[in-house]
This record gives sequence, structure tokens and C-alpha cells, in this order.
Amino acid sequence: MGNNQGPKGLTRRELLSRATAAGATFMVGTGFVTSGSAAWAVEASALKPETLATLVQMARDIYPHDKVADEFYVIAVKGYDTAEAAPAIEAGIAALNAAAQGKGNASYLDTGWERDRVDILRGMEDSAFFQQIRGGLVTGLYNQKAVWPIFGYEGESYSQGGYIERGFDDINWL
Amino acid sequence: MPATFDLNDDSVVVIIGTGAGGGVLANELAQKGVKVVSLEAGGRYLPDDYINDEWESFGQLAWVDPRTTSGDWRVAKDFSGLPAWIVKAVGGTTIHWAGASLRFQEHEWKAKTTYGDVQGANLLDWPIDGAEMAPYYEKAETKLGVTRTGGRAGLPGNNNFKVFEKGAQALGYKEVHTGRMAINSGDYDDRMSCQQTGFCFQGCKWGAKWSAAYTDIPRGEATGNLEVRDRCHVARILHNEAGKVTGVEYFDKDGNLQMQKARIVCVAGNSFESPRLLLNSASSMFPDGLANSSGQVGRNYMRHMTGSVYGVFDKPVRMWRGTTMAGIIQDEARHDPSRGFVGGFEMETLSLGLPFMAAFLDPGGWGREFTTALDGYENMAGMWLVGEDMPQETNRVTLNHDVKDQYGLAVANVHFDDHPNDIAMRNYAYKKGMAIYEAVGATRVFPTPPYPSTHNLGTNRMSENGRDGVVNRHGQTHDIANLFVSDGSQFTTGASENPTLTIVALAIRQADFIAGEMSRGNL
Ligand SMILES: Cc1cc2nc3c(=O)[nH]c(=O)nc-3n(C[C@H](O)[C@H](O)[C@H](O)COP(=O)(O)OP(=O)(O)OC[C@H]3O[C@@H](n4cnc5c(N)ncnc54)[C@H](O)[C@@H]3O)c2cc1C
Ligand code: SF4
Repeated sequence: MGNNQGPKGLTRRELLSRATAAGATFMVGTGFVTSGSAAWAVEASALKPETLATLVQMARDIYPHDKVADEFYVIAVKGYDTAEAAPAIEAGIAALNAAAQGKGNASYLDTGWERDRVDILRGMEDSAFFQQIRGGLVTGLYNQKAVWPIFGYEGESYSQGGYIERGFDDINWL
Repeated sequence: MPATFDLNDDSVVVIIGTGAGGGVLANELAQKGVKVVSLEAGGRYLPDDYINDEWESFGQLAWVDPRTTSGDWRVAKDFSGLPAWIVKAVGGTTIHWAGASLRFQEHEWKAKTTYGDVQGANLLDWPIDGAEMAPYYEKAETKLGVTRTGGRAGLPGNNNFKVFEKGAQALGYKEVHTGRMAINSGDYDDRMSCQQTGFCFQGCKWGAKWSAAYTDIPRGEATGNLEVRDRCHVARILHNEAGKVTGVEYFDKDGNLQMQKARIVCVAGNSFESPRLLLNSASSMFPDGLANSSGQVGRNYMRHMTGSVYGVFDKPVRMWRGTTMAGIIQDEARHDPSRGFVGGFEMETLSLGLPFMAAFLDPGGWGREFTTALDGYENMAGMWLVGEDMPQETNRVTLNHDVKDQYGLAVANVHFDDHPNDIAMRNYAYKKGMAIYEAVGATRVFPTPPYPSTHNLGTNRMSENGRDGVVNRHGQTHDIANLFVSDGSQFTTGASENPTLTIVALAIRQADFIAGEMSRGNL
């Protein structure tokens, strides 16, 4: 992904109005997907930009962490933005949108409350598409080293000599 | 100097697998002057190579060749292609293991006698007992440098232990300590002491934890009697018209099929691969596989009753800091049917890093119920529950001829259904585990389902009578005198303790027997 493309994307807001409902994630212009705060932006290559944006929202709805910024969810799903993976993803997102429409929403992204989006996801929980996305996120999201500090996890300690002198037994509230 | 032996040298003992069983047996025999060729499917990795990153380490060391699963266990649904978490490398799963090293309790050698008839369970007494094993346990503890045995000090307790200990005391548990661990609490056997790095499951980069990879294997090689051929996958055990084994066929590093002759063959590939190999070695003389006249090869698969409990608190615990499993409550290990099940269980501290926690806390879980749990990761404490499970004839490893591995060999299918006793014990253990954390003020507790199996036992079980099992009291197959089983698949029953100390003790004992029989001219 390219952070430096954020401002460029932000100048093109023609799709913005359709996307604001979901809050965090928009498609902006042709090819670019960005967040409202422009904290990240990414160029969709094989997927339609709105598909990528929907996928990012879906990822957040599956594993919602309010302290984890969108860019990490983008990284977690960006691997599907390839010529090989795209057709199945497009089909899956089309089904997701159809399910949203079945509940009276214009699209998945247009479904305002997380509760309602989760309801849509519950309805397709056993589908291969949902399980592919969910399964991929388990490593795609939580195995990003940059995400670990948000959860307090410190990762390897060997290079610092372990915790023997760095608090392996420092609990003080028991 | 590592030895090199000729493929046609039929005086060697061939050992398949270099883990807790095979690695120790190889060294013990080499020390006695017996010539050994060890064939190991995995590569060689030493402490410098270990990676303190959960998934990367898994990619480096874990056995990921295809396997299939069936049965009602949740692993078959959540991890259908990965029934077990075991290592494929020189040193086997002793690279991953946490080091908890416990002796069986006396009654656990006699499960059938002690527990009586348990419906649906294929219980049997071991043909050996605690008195027979005591000297070998002592040798094993000395080899592994087990803490709290032989005058060795215990490890210091980390944060995860302190929470666990406080809760245990609140519930009135008495046998609570930092465990008997094959992890150095001081310098021992040319290895340094534990630095509390917290990646025991990924291979100890300090060498503080015992692993065959950097102890028994190089020491065996140093005798000049042991040759370890890594990246050599044994496909088949061969025999002659007299029904004696004569050698093995294996695929070498380059994928070429080789044949190594042997005087004796010892199978130590862990409880899936060992029966798979015996079954894949079927011939016109032994159409059901080698050493299978009892029909028990692959049956009675045990994986311990397991489960985990995690608790989230309102303040940080940072359980990942320090030794992964140095903490135990033993009060529940006794046999006390008034609890609603036979046999007992141990409670041991456990921590997973964030990546594994995400995968294993509630496999398949999602949404805020799941993510708020992970949001509490820093404030989490964890324990593992490990108890005796019931051997069942139908829990078994069979060949799945529809799925082939990279060598075109039928893979192992692992079928497992929980026995009602396993379920009753797990539910009881969950309650106790959750109560421990609640007693220290946990705001939320999680009864986490079993992970892919780390303790794999019983698929070539030991029996007094050739009808009931695959090997005799020495691990020698009932059917073929020069064919042995040397790993955890020998277990008649699983007991409640982590199995490796017993696997090692049995290997030391088996080495005495094999060397003795060789010098007596019986083998
Ligand atoms: C994460 C983890 C933590 C654990 N913690 C503990 C603990 O604290 N205490 C405890 O007692 N136990 C623990 N265990 C279990 C312990 O590691 C095993 O019980 C023990 O290593 C089993 O020994 P084994 O000889 O049966 O097999 P292994 O050690 O698994 O060795 C088998 C070897 O055989 C090789 N092999 C298999 N098939 C072939 C073939 N066809 N040709 C050539 N080579 C082959 C494999 O590659 C492997 O190296 C743990 C396990 C794991 C995964
Ligand atoms: S905690 Fe101790 S035993 Fe475990 S990996 Fe670190 S140094 Fe080794």
C-alpha cells in the first residue's frame, strides 16, 4: 500500500456520498480506497475499489478492534487483490451485498450499524467465502508485528536477554 | 566424529525418528558401542536457528505433511488437516516441548485394575510398574536435568505462575509449585540456566531447556557409533521369508529411494507416523501390516484429556514473560471417582503469544465476543489442563489411500471421539480452572477447547499378552523379535502426566535390553 497516495485519493470524492454510511472506509476515485481521515489509502489493482473497501469493512466487522487502525485491516486483506483471487472475492462480496439488500440496505457498506452488518455476516457464516476471509485474517491481522504493541504483546525477547531482568515476575497487584 | 555406515551394512540398528524416544535411544545405544543409523524426516536446527516468532517457528519446525481427520473431536472441525502439533526435525518434538517432566503415579501403571471396567474403554494394565521404572526415571531425570528432582532447585515463578498460585491457594490446593521441569534453574550439564525469554514452544535459543537436538544427538555422534541422516523419510520396513526385518526403504534428501540394511529396526516416528509406517509396510506375509497380528496397530490412540482456561483481569499480567509452563497444581491428579470420572488431571501454567492466542483461544470464533477477549490479552493469565483419557479401540490411525503425501504414500487418517469419561473430566477441570482465576478477581474466564494434539500416545501399545497389544514390556514387537517401537505409541494407557519423561525412561531401559540381547546373541 502507499500512504503517500492518500492526499491524491482524497481529492476525488465522487463516490464518497455512497460510502459515508459505514463510517471508516470509503472508496475514493478510481482505483483508490482510503479512510475518511486519510490515515491510509491503497490502490486496488485486480479488485474493484468498492469491493476492496467492502472487504476491509467486512474484515473489521469480523475482528473488530477499536484500537486497531484501518491500515492493518487493509494489509490483512490486500493479498486477495490479485488476478487469481479476485473473481472469487468479487463473487463473495456480491453475495454479501445481495444479503444486505435483502435486509433493505443499499449495500453492505451502506449498512450503518455494526450490529446490522454482523447480522448479515451471521447469515453467511458457513459459506466458504466467509470462512476463507475469517481464516485468513487470523494470521493476516494478528500476525502483523506492528499490531502486537496495540495489544501489549512484546514479541521476541531473546535479543534483549529475555525477561530475567526485565519483569518476568513484576506483577504488583496480587 | 559422526560415523558413516554403508547402506549394505546389516550389522547396524536403524532407528526411525530422532525425538524423545528415538533420539535418546540412539545416544544410549551409541554410548554402549552399538552401531546406529538414525533416519530423520526433518532437517537439522540448533538454538541459533530457532525463531522466536510463533508462526515463523511453526513454519520452520512443524510437521505439515498431509494428514486427515475424522470423529467428533473439535480438532477435526477446526484443524482438519492438522490433528497434531509435532515437530519434523532432528530432535523431534523435544524442540517444541515445554519441559514438564513428571513420573506416573503408581496406580496409573495399572489402569484396568484400578479403574475397573469402564464402558467403551479398552483399558489394560501396563506389563511394567513404578518399581520397575524407578531407576530409569531417575536416569531420565538426571539426563534431562529435571528441577525439583535430584537436588536441583525449582525455577522462579513468573507473573503467570503468581496469579495461578494465588488462585490455587484460595481454593485450598496444596501441591502447587513451579513444576518439575527439564529446564535448567542453574548451570547444568554444560547448558546455561533459563533466561525467561518465554518461547519454550519455539525452541530454546539459550539451550536451557533439554532437547535431544543439542544433547543426546551430538553426544551420540561424538562416540563415532551414530550416524544421523536428516531429511530422510522412511517409507517402508522390509523383512525376509523368516519374518525378520532386514532393513528399511527411505527417500533421501534428494527424493531418491534408498535401502538401508539393518540387524534391528526401531520405530520412533511419534504416534501417527509409527503405526502408519507399520501399516504401509504390509506385505504378502503380513497383509495387515507389520507386527499387527493383534489388529491393535493404530488403535487406542490417546491424546490426553486437554483443554485450557484463560482468565482476564482488570490489571496487567503479561503472561508471555518467562517460562511457558513452569507452574503446576497436582491435587487433582489423584484417582477419585467421586468427582464423576476415573483418573485425574494436572493443571499447568500456559501462555501463548498473541498470534497463537488468536488462532487457539476459540477456533472459528469472531465478532466482539472474540475480539474483546483478545483486547484483554495483556491482562490475561492462562493454564493448560492435562488428564488421562480413555483408550478406545475405535480411536485410531488408519491409512487414507485417497490422500497421498509428497512421496506417494498413503497418509494417516486420525479418528478420535471423546469418551464420556474424557468429557466429564474436562468439564470438571474447566470449572476448577475458572474458579482459580475467579478467586483472584478475573473479570472474564474462557474454557478453551483442545488444541491440535501435542501428546500423541498408544497406537502401538504395550501388553503382557500378544493378543492385546503390539509390543511387549521392552517395546519389542510381539510378532517380530528384531522390530521395536521406541516412542510414545508404546503407551498402554496415558496417565495424567505429560508423557515425555516416561518416553525417555522407556528408551533408556530399551537400550539396556537391546544391547543385552545383542551381546547375548539373541538379536
Ligand atoms: C508445543 C508442545 C509442548 C509440549 N510440552 C511437553 C511438556 O511440557 N512435557 C511433556 O512431557 N511433553 C510435552 N510435549 C510432548 C512431547 O514433545 C512429545 O511427547 C515427545 O516429543 C514425543 O516423543 P516421540 O519420540 O514419540 O516423537 P517425536 O519427538 O515427535 O519424534 C518423532 C520424530 O520422528 C520423525 N519421523 C516421523 N516419521 C518418520 C519417517 N517416516 N521417517 C523418518 N523420520 C520420521 C519426526 O520427524 C520426528 O522428528 C509437548 C509437545 C508440543 C508440541
Ligand atoms: S523461558 Fe527459559 S526455557 Fe523457555 S525458551 Fe526461554 S530460556 Fe529457554
